Amino acid sequence: MRFLIPAALLVVLLVFLGIGLTRDPREVPSPLVGKPAPAFDLALLGEPQRYTQDDLKGRPVLVNFWASWCAGCRVEHPLLVKLAGEGVEIIGMDYKDTDEAARQWLQRHGNPYRRVVLDAQGTAGLDWGVYGVPETFVLDANGTIVYKQIGPMTEQAWTEKIRPLLQGQKS
Amino acid sequence: MIPEIGHFLLIVALGVAVLQFLVPSWGVWKGDARAMAVGQSAAQVQFALVFLSYLCLTWAFVQKDFSVTYVAANSHSELPLMYRISAVWGAHEGSLLLWMLMLAGWTGAVSVFNRRLPADITATTLAVLGAISIGFLSFMLLTSNPFDRHFPVPADGKDLNPLLQDPGLIIHPPMLYMGYVGFSVAFAFAIAALVSGRLDGAWARWTRPWTTTAWLFLTMGITLGSWWAYHELGWGGWWFWDPVENASFMPWLVGTALIHSLAVTEKRGLLKSWTVLLAIIAFSLSLLGTFLVRSGVLVSVHAFATDPARGVYILGFLAVVLGSAFSLYAWRAPRLKSDGDLAFFSREGLLLLNNVFLVVAAAAVFLGTLYPLFVDALGMGKISVGPPYFNAVFIPLTAPLAVLLGLGMAVGWKRAKLKEVVRQLRWPAALAVLLAIVLPFLWVDGIGFAVFGGVLLGCWVLLTSVHDLWGRVRAKRSLLNGLSSVPRSVWGMTMAHIGLGVWVLGVAFVSLYSVERDVRLAAGESAELHGYQYFLRGVDPVRGPNYDADRGTVEVTRDGASITILHPEKRLYRAQQSVMTEAAVDESPIRDLYVALGEPFDNGDWSLRMYYKPAMQLVWWGGFIMFFGGILAASDRRYRLTKLAQAPVGADGKVGA
Amino acid sequence: MSPRHWALALLLALPVLAAAQPQAEEPPLTVQATLDAGQQERYRRLIHELRCLVCQNQTIADSNAPLAQDLRSQVERQIAEGRSDDDIRHYMTARYGDFVLYKPPVQRNTVFLWAGPFLLLLGALAIALRQLLRRRNAAAITPAAPDPQALQKLLDEDRP
Repeated sequence: MRFLIPAALLVVLLVFLGIGLTRDPREVPSPLVGKPAPAFDLALLGEPQRYTQDDLKGRPVLVNFWASWCAGCRVEHPLLVKLAGEGVEIIGMDYKDTDEAARQWLQRHGNPYRRVVLDAQGTAGLDWGVYGVPETFVLDANGTIVYKQIGPMTEQAWTEKIRPLLQGQKS
Repeated sequence: MIPEIGHFLLIVALGVAVLQFLVPSWGVWKGDARAMAVGQSAAQVQFALVFLSYLCLTWAFVQKDFSVTYVAANSHSELPLMYRISAVWGAHEGSLLLWMLMLAGWTGAVSVFNRRLPADITATTLAVLGAISIGFLSFMLLTSNPFDRHFPVPADGKDLNPLLQDPGLIIHPPMLYMGYVGFSVAFAFAIAALVSGRLDGAWARWTRPWTTTAWLFLTMGITLGSWWAYHELGWGGWWFWDPVENASFMPWLVGTALIHSLAVTEKRGLLKSWTVLLAIIAFSLSLLGTFLVRSGVLVSVHAFATDPARGVYILGFLAVVLGSAFSLYAWRAPRLKSDGDLAFFSREGLLLLNNVFLVVAAAAVFLGTLYPLFVDALGMGKISVGPPYFNAVFIPLTAPLAVLLGLGMAVGWKRAKLKEVVRQLRWPAALAVLLAIVLPFLWVDGIGFAVFGGVLLGCWVLLTSVHDLWGRVRAKRSLLNGLSSVPRSVWGMTMAHIGLGVWVLGVAFVSLYSVERDVRLAAGESAELHGYQYFLRGVDPVRGPNYDADRGTVEVTRDGASITILHPEKRLYRAQQSVMTEAAVDESPIRDLYVALGEPFDNGDWSLRMYYKPAMQLVWWGGFIMFFGGILAASDRRYRLTKLAQAPVGADGKVGA
Repeated sequence: MSPRHWALALLLALPVLAAAQPQAEEPPLTVQATLDAGQQERYRRLIHELRCLVCQNQTIADSNAPLAQDLRSQVERQIAEGRSDDDIRHYMTARYGDFVLYKPPVQRNTVFLWAGPFLLLLGALAIALRQLLRRRNAAAITPAAPDPQALQKLLDEDRP
């Protein structure tokens, strides 16, 4: 009987390895999902007033961390512009960037953002647990984070994950 | 044309591997001697085919044939010849071919050296190795063909990963693979023992040199890998408990346990089913390592570019090979009866404990490496397990091993008297305590509980090894007579143990007393670290064959006297536009002075990382001495005797382990 | 067992955190030596326990990725502000989850990770002991053991 133990352990191991193959070890869920948006109080691009987490409440929004120096942001940008055109509210968090570079970049590639918050030092990024740009948070009307997209926004993530979430919000 | 020939040769080799598996198996089943003998020629033909195929790929690299996808992805017109040859194993497909070459080489060696073994044992062994070849050859041909062409042919290649453009990386993978693959021989012998139902001292004696040889290559491979990481990664570390490192360390631990349990099986006819199980597990862990590295289930610094299809294939292969092996084990192992008594305080008793600690240590590494995957698969979250965990768990599990080692050598087989052993070892023990107090003061100007413990264990291992050897020599008339009467296997054991002692000393010092400092320096400025002044003379651009570098000139002085001039580099490899740090190290057995260039500042200043690392070299020396001990042990004359000689031995009383 | 114990590394000056900031306009971040010796030791230990999340498998001590630099300076700042190690770990897990900790805390999903090796050791020792006892009993039934010399000679016989 005890000679069967190694074989039994092997079966268990193979099952785990099999499940492991279907997972992405790099896909780490954000602990912020289900929590209220972290606090920040930052300046806006081209507007005099400050912007805080309270300004994100009242309707579902996408909070998109981006920067003019970020290559992945170019990739997702056309999709963001398209979504903005469809009426999705996107708040841009300009991460570790300068006003001038951001303004030029938006002029060149189009501006999908309702507001552009200037996170020049990356402090908000740190509090939001941003690894690197681009990252997009989905917030419900209460200002609670319901989803986080790491890396460029994709058509697939939008249609399969985010839009259903937002529709759930509205109904 | 050449790549097509290489591809074709692999296909033929697969056919031969199928023959090598089927015909001898049938022969063993039917008792047909001629069918059994086919295994030998098939093994040799297979080696020739794979070797030629390997040359074809090397040729494609040397000739810069960028129409071959693999060459284009891993070479470049500016890549130096040396690295074009080593680039063959620079990525997944080619390294698999290297793996296959090693397997064919080991198989060929078995077919040559095992001629006088019982025909059914040789036939089964070769059939098992043939089955493993089938798995790897078909894996390569179906999912990872290194000879695939692509059109249009690119103007130039994408270059070899700059991390791999280092002399350490030229020999590290072949050594490592020799070790990994070498355990397939012990595995095949274990299967042969299960199939034939015969497992005796002779079986253990056939298996020992193969196992030791695999182990010594693995030891060298791991040591070189660590040496490479130290010089090339630029962070001063030499062991990161990365999944890929662990994948090589687990078979090493189990292989070490196997070497010791084989000694018990050979000398005392005990632990038979356990030895067989260890042989199977050692190779299983080699295969598991392949899976972990190439399937992408774990995040690692060194992982290959991954592809789910490959993961599925290797998993299937694992299931077939290991599933059969463990099923066979469950079925046949109960028949392997060990006879004889096993006293706790005897060499075999202590070796059993040695096995307990080694295997549990391997299990701990296994658990830590795979735990994130287990937790994720169970949907219990994502966690990381890293160096702090491994250090906390591994050290208490392995420290008793060092204590046992010293005892074990002083204790005879069968039964020993505690009083006698205590009497023998009281001087080594006292000297070890003394050294553990004195050495830290001499070496690192300080002492603490941890360094005392580490040095004590290291010295204990060293001194008891030397003491044991001295005991053997002293029994003879003269020193020369004594030294020459010690069999090579005993020399090997002693060397390997001394290597371990040296290694433990090095680890204790370097882990506990390294000093590190990051500074920002302008040219002409200096910084102090542990009594050494580092003057940054300047940083100048240098053009290498396929990279552009910033090359620092750092003069190190102590009390005004110049010690050395170091040239750390920051290289930008042109083809991949990737930046590599080349640390510069002034090495000596006492301490390493290590400098790496960090990032430049806008005003031309540089950040420098400097280390003072005491006894770092002992870690490498420990590995090399173990490797050398392995060579001595594996080449002992008694393993080369083809018949089971029964010549009595002089009554010096000691038996090599 | 790479350097994890910084017991005597007390004379260290504080690392100048060289920064590869994504944009060139801002001067690289340099941090002044504000920590005392004990704080520096804590700093060293903590940065070797935290994972650089954007790297393949490295601690924030071993990476020059911008995120690693940010997190290092965050650790330093918080130590200077008098936060405890646990406060800092909590700060990190609140943002990045348990994934950021290379030394996972003992909790529901890590119980077996921490206890496992030692349970295994106990189990293995128990099995080995049982084996030894059983074998010794076997020995007790056999006739009285011969004297050690003769034994040794017997043993040596299977050796050329």
